[in-house]
Amino acid sequence: MSDTRNRETVLSINDLGVSFSTDAGAVRAVDGVTLSVRRGEVLAIVGESGSGKTVTAKTILGLLPETAVSDGAVILSSRTGQDSNNVIALSRKRLRQVRGTDVSMVFQEPSTALNPVYTVGWQIMEGIRAHGGVSRADARAKAIEILGRVGIPDPETRIDYYPHQFSGGQKQRVVIAMALVLEPGLIVADEPTTALDVTVQAEILDLLRRCRDEFGAAIVLITHNMGVVADLADRVAVMYQGKVVEEADAATLFTNPQNEYTQKLLAAVPYVGQGVVRAAARAEARTGQWSAQAPVVVADNLRIQYPGRFGRPGFVAVDGVSFAIRPGEVLGLVGESGSGKTTIGRAIAGLTRVTDGSLSVLGHEMNGFRERKFKPLRSQIGFVFQDPASSFNPLLTIAECVAEPLVVHGRADSARGARARVDELLEAVQLPRAFGDRYPHELSGGQRQRASLARALALEPALLIADEPTSALDVSVQARVLELFAELQREFGFAALFISHDLAVVDILADRIAVLYHGHLVEEGTGAEVLGSPRDPYTRRLLASLPVPDPAAQALRREELAKLRAAE
Amino acid sequence: MGATDTTTLRPTRRSILARLPLVHQVRQSMGLQRGMLVAGLVITALFVLTAILAPLLAPYGYSQLRDTAGAFGAQQAPGGAHLLGTTVGGYDVLSRVLWGAQTALFVIVVAVVLSLFAGVLLGLLSGYFGGWLDRVLVVMCDAVYAFPSLLLAIVMSIVISGGKSDLVGGVMAAAISITVVFIPQYFRVIRAETVRIKAEAYVESARVLGASNGRIMFRHVLRNATRTLPLIFTLNSSEAILTLAGLGFLGFGIEPTAASEWGYDLNKALSDVTSGIWWTSLFPGLAIVLVVMGITLVGESLNDLADPRLRGRRAVGATSGLVAETSVVPGGTLTAGPVGLAGLEIAAHPPLHPGDDSEANR
Repeated sequence: MSDTRNRETVLSINDLGVSFSTDAGAVRAVDGVTLSVRRGEVLAIVGESGSGKTVTAKTILGLLPETAVSDGAVILSSRTGQDSNNVIALSRKRLRQVRGTDVSMVFQEPSTALNPVYTVGWQIMEGIRAHGGVSRADARAKAIEILGRVGIPDPETRIDYYPHQFSGGQKQRVVIAMALVLEPGLIVADEPTTALDVTVQAEILDLLRRCRDEFGAAIVLITHNMGVVADLADRVAVMYQGKVVEEADAATLFTNPQNEYTQKLLAAVPYVGQGVVRAAARAEARTGQWSAQAPVVVADNLRIQYPGRFGRPGFVAVDGVSFAIRPGEVLGLVGESGSGKTTIGRAIAGLTRVTDGSLSVLGHEMNGFRERKFKPLRSQIGFVFQDPASSFNPLLTIAECVAEPLVVHGRADSARGARARVDELLEAVQLPRAFGDRYPHELSGGQRQRASLARALALEPALLIADEPTSALDVSVQARVLELFAELQREFGFAALFISHDLAVVDILADRIAVLYHGHLVEEGTGAEVLGSPRDPYTRRLLASLPVPDPAAQALRREELAKLRAAE
Repeated sequence: MGATDTTTLRPTRRSILARLPLVHQVRQSMGLQRGMLVAGLVITALFVLTAILAPLLAPYGYSQLRDTAGAFGAQQAPGGAHLLGTTVGGYDVLSRVLWGAQTALFVIVVAVVLSLFAGVLLGLLSGYFGGWLDRVLVVMCDAVYAFPSLLLAIVMSIVISGGKSDLVGGVMAAAISITVVFIPQYFRVIRAETVRIKAEAYVESARVLGASNGRIMFRHVLRNATRTLPLIFTLNSSEAILTLAGLGFLGFGIEPTAASEWGYDLNKALSDVTSGIWWTSLFPGLAIVLVVMGITLVGESLNDLADPRLRGRRAVGATSGLVAETSVVPGGTLTAGPVGLAGLEIAAHPPLHPGDDSEANR
């Protein structure tokens, strides 16, 4: 009886604990985790950053750094089920044999997981030949076969390509091919789609599903995206502060979460359609004169080109874009990476030069812009950056950072003189006054992003540019920051350009949504128009690619997306 | 991600003593790294003390040839009135070695301070503004690199003082020639850091606010760019001593009547070695080796300690440690409500065991 069960289970983690030695002493990252994965099953481990999910995954491959100490047992059985090993107790030599053949890994960032100076074929073959007695020709044939199976077109020639010759999604396919080539029983995928655009994410998720169905591999999927979980997982384990707080099959977890933390996590996930009511209420509150007011930002046939290298044409990031933002209005700008959305935000803030067309910010023409003339207007513009960790000078306290705009524009003579106003601002963004005396690294990501909002609002700007303000945050924290943003917008009444790659996030806040694709504005309208009945095929595909946190609904959407793709 | 990213793990404030530059590093280090650092610090401290107290420690002056008992006599063996013997010129070796420390320290301080200020300022301007200024300065620094540093120092010393001169002139000549060689190092490091920091979001944020270039450069960039300076500083100090000794050895040093200089003494001891007179060359040479080793040990240890990957840590027990409090709002997401500060306050003060040398958030 126990023998058959062993053959059924690829991985069983028993009471795993991992401690790290840090300068602050020992820190326990994983605490008494017990999990098991059956053959051909996808187990998703979800949780916010720091919950110990990645550490658990790395333990499975014995990839923990030297500063880590682990106890408990991680029993990994080979594909045939003949052999099983406790990874924690394995010698380095045995560990090398187990990696690749019994378990392999798909990394988060495909562009750094591949070595840029070798061809992808060489890198796949290296794995094959490391596990013994395969001739060069055989290894090559095998590499070509696996590249074909993961959906790289024309694998016979592309095997000799270097990583930079592939797109991001294709690179991730190559990484998955490397993981699959020795046919391991288990694949550990650590945030495999986080670095990819939504449309590409859908394709990679399809491929991972095929890994399970066609290759019969079990997958441990580490992610923070509940939509991805709903799309792919059979079973879900929710981790919180180093412990597994809930484990259930996907359908049960999403429909009937038991643990309080899981319930809150699911409630915090944004979904498309949340903001429509709010936007409509805001639109109704506006009087007829509102539309007659002069817009804060007007872009007319805007074109921004980055200079190319000597003798080569530059890269056109934004081409022929026209839009307007009226006072007190939130425009959501959506698009995938490279679509030019950040460039537009930077151009409005005067960080990037306009090449052609017209961009008028608060009545000032940005084409041919002079810093000296624009400077007085800068007090009218707030900017919230994407990464809260790097947008504060690490050597200044939060209070000094928030006081910086007040000092620069002469509203206060020193950071100390501005302290009263800084305290008000910190309270407006729901941070305790005492946080002003802390250094940025002493705050968590969400707290830092709120301090960043406080700094942007210090001069009560007429326009706020928020460039992916929540994409570096966990879902639960993101929900709070978004709510705060909406509240502050109501209170201060500033116009805002809200840039994001996530349609659901934009939908919550924006009055109108603009969709960018390869530097062109493909669609613009109210949230209800763009999300309810999209006209442009790209918008339609973008919407369909967005996974929803509901396994049943997601299965339907998947079919819809397949139809859309087939129609194109 | 993972346990090392414990964003709310907040170290308890260290006492002022523990936050002093070197004290902090000594407490942070362990094992062999601590041994190296402490040995280096002890040797360097001895060197500095010797330099300062040379007038009290040395039995004779650096240019003293006779006392009340008459002339010292040349090439006297160690013992008696001259613990380490006398040189071919009739100077007391021990006194020359002790006084030599003073000259060495003087040169190090002047050379490093001069090159530090010039190099940092040029690097900051060059990295921040870029353009033609950057290109010209980089080419000039590369040109300086292309010369053998000792050759350049010789040329500079001839230009500045005609080869030989008194204490201040000789020391300044040596120091300025070393400065010229070292400016490119500071320039390069600060320029590279400035270029990196210029792209950081907090500098962009300052630009969006409309802060002036000067304010951005000195308030936001410079303070963040100086992290690696102590390392170059110590490594350059030891190189400065070698260059000074090299200059002296080649005869471009300081006259024995103006100050004592180890390189000059070694030069004069050259012919002694073949006739079995070992004490005139051994002790100045030993002094050079010891000081260079001491300062280099400090520099290398600081370098290792500054890098978390190279820094040694105490091993932990398998089941030790607290679970890191990594959640922003413990146990919940939205329940704290719009003004719910209660949850935040708890998260901000996690139960931390008293470990005052914590640096988890670096």
